[in-house]
Amino acid sequence: MIFVFALFLLTLLVITALAIVRSDNLFVSVMLTSIFSLLMAANFFILDAADVALTEAAVGAGVTTVIFLSALALTAEREKFAHASRGVAMLVVVVLGGLITYAIFDAPRLGDPNAPVHQHVAPWYLEKTPEYIDIPNVVTAVLSSFRGYDTLGEVFVVFAACIGVLFILGPRPAGYAKQRPAPSSGLKHHLIPQVVGRLLVPFIVLFGLYVQFHGEYGPGGGFQAGAIIATGVILFALLEGESAALRAVPQRALMALVIGGASLYGGVGLVCIALGGNFLDYSVLASDPVFGQQLGILIIEAGVGMAVCGALLTIFHAFAARDQS
Amino acid sequence: MELLGYFVFAVLLMIGLYAVISKVNLVKKLIGLSIFQSAVFLMYITMDKVEGGTAPIIVKGMPEQIYSNPLPQVLILTAIVVGVSTLSLGLAIVVRINESYGTIEEDEILDAD
Repeated sequence: MIFVFALFLLTLLVITALAIVRSDNLFVSVMLTSIFSLLMAANFFILDAADVALTEAAVGAGVTTVIFLSALALTAEREKFAHASRGVAMLVVVVLGGLITYAIFDAPRLGDPNAPVHQHVAPWYLEKTPEYIDIPNVVTAVLSSFRGYDTLGEVFVVFAACIGVLFILGPRPAGYAKQRPAPSSGLKHHLIPQVVGRLLVPFIVLFGLYVQFHGEYGPGGGFQAGAIIATGVILFALLEGESAALRAVPQRALMALVIGGASLYGGVGLVCIALGGNFLDYSVLASDPVFGQQLGILIIEAGVGMAVCGALLTIFHAFAARDQS
Repeated sequence: MELLGYFVFAVLLMIGLYAVISKVNLVKKLIGLSIFQSAVFLMYITMDKVEGGTAPIIVKGMPEQIYSNPLPQVLILTAIVVGVSTLSLGLAIVVRINESYGTIEEDEILDAD
């Protein structure tokens, strides 16, 4: 039964991808990208990756689509007809595709417990998580403790990308003739989105907080929570207009979230050194090493959530505030 | 049939690559790039499945339960969020190009230079 469902999803994925590339209306392409992400999330879920499915659904189908749409509003909606190097592209794709397909025949079959990927460190993580950290969700344990360095790096990449977008699309320099358009009213005149959306916003933010603080016990964690809360605020911005959202969560607060989140994560690492442990080795944070690990994970997950939420909202506002000229 | 996930990965990867090479519209190129990226995510997550396994959230008192591999999930989870940040950086550059050149078609930009 699962197999039939997987076959169905994978077929739909390929069809959607083809339609995305073939359509010359960029708006259609972007909306199809959202559907593509949702299908991908369902597919991740049936492959046992609940955390990844949650992230893909929040980020891929939510935030990415909104950022694409706001970029389209600033550029062009339609792709111009152009004869590009289709022959070369076809040649590259066919040759490379052939090589990859040839290599795939050597891949281990789906679900093979003896595949090389399941032999290295993964069994160790599964075996030692209850002993060292004692939280049920191994993905969170690996993410924030065993591979904490890795995640710290990822948070700083998000931070750097946010700063980069602000540099490129930030406020215009002083002296630039300011001709801001009338503050957009959002969907104020549409009754049904107003009523339904207003009801949804608090629950989306609440669910985000649940995902944040329940990440040790179920699917979730800072990355997902940050994206979900950002989606809630973006929905509010779409309903009430961008300026209303900026009044509710000002730009200053967003920057404080981004910088505070990243420094909180790094700071926990430094505190660990000060207490005599290694960088990001949370065992020294409390007298009981297991409790220290749990405390460290709770704090750094909060840092990740703050940084991701702040960065995504800053990026959204940078696009939305750009005046069309 | 057991390799189906990998074949879909190959097809999606090639669809994304085709869009990146052949399309001249910069936004379309970025869309192609994100399909390419999703294909790689699909490959990693296809690898993590273990037969009869479940999501790696340990249930106490069931020692014989098999769990899928948590490591590829961790790698992809963070990669998705980093992916959207880098994608928006790319889109920001496209918006600036549009402001300077008045177009986002690559051939027209090259002609203008």
